[in-house]
Amino acid sequence: MTQRDVAKLLNARFLEASEDYDREAVNFCGADMMSEALAFSHENTTLLTGLCNQQVIRTAEMLDVHAIIFVRGKQPTPEMLEMAKEKDIVVMSTCETMYNACGKIYHATHKGE
Amino acid sequence: MSEPIVLKYKVTDGEFQHVGEASSSVKKELRALGVSPDALRRISVAMYEGEVNMVIHANGGTITVEITPQQVKMILDDVGPGIPDLEKAMQAGWSTAPDEIRNLGFGAGMGLPNMKANTDTMEIDTRVGEGTRITMTVNL
Ligand SMILES: Nc1ncnc2c1ncn2[C@@H]1O[C@H](COP(=O)(O)OP(=O)(O)OP(=O)(O)O)[C@@H](O)[C@H]1O
Ligand SMILES: [Mg+2]
Repeated sequence: MTQRDVAKLLNARFLEASEDYDREAVNFCGADMMSEALAFSHENTTLLTGLCNQQVIRTAEMLDVHAIIFVRGKQPTPEMLEMAKEKDIVVMSTCETMYNACGKIYHATHKGE
Repeated sequence: MSEPIVLKYKVTDGEFQHVGEASSSVKKELRALGVSPDALRRISVAMYEGEVNMVIHANGGTITVEITPQQVKMILDDVGPGIPDLEKAMQAGWSTAPDEIRNLGFGAGMGLPNMKANTDTMEIDTRVGEGTRITMTVNL
């Protein structure tokens, strides 16, 4: 599944940051607490979060996160997007709740198990 | 053997928005030096958690990073309130952070245990009313 596929699945909109949309989404992590994301995410993670501040981008940078999905229609600031672009992080926003977004991704990535 | 490379940062207790600038800068330097992605990620996570702690619990401080071909050593110094019960503080989920910090995405009580998990050694020297020094190393 690429970031493009993820966006389609969640009816999400790509925001102005990295445009590396064909990158493979390998692992996923859903967290509103950044120290939980820092403790529980694996390599090549796509981070789903309802938190929307500069530290989300910082956390993603530290973790080498590939993409950030803001749930519940959260809109990052231009400063956040600028930093994400600089760190080569794809950013999208979906109106889905955290629960629904994670559920849809789980379903799509665990088919046939 | 060549001298270690030493980097020093002042972490100010200013706007929360700027927390992580030191960790970001160290990550950039280490990447340029060719540190492996796995070690780089562990160093970044440990240092960032420590940097955030300095700001939310101790009004800022200083970070010194010593780099040799074998090891990265991070020394985090603050003159904050100190940690009265270190055993408790090291437990996952234990936090004294107020709600306003939790609303910013921190204060889950995960930082210190995660710093330990990501480093090869971690020592904490803390005195109530005087401050805290955390020394962490990651082998390269
Ligand atoms: N530099 C410090 N100075 C004083 N107290 C500290 C310092 N670092 C940590 N503490 C104390 O130890 C507790 C646990 O720290 P830890 O980093 O594990 O969790 P947290 O910072 O509260 O939450 P999180 O790291 O999940 O955002 C803190 O709540 C605080 O009481
Ligand atoms: Mg912490």
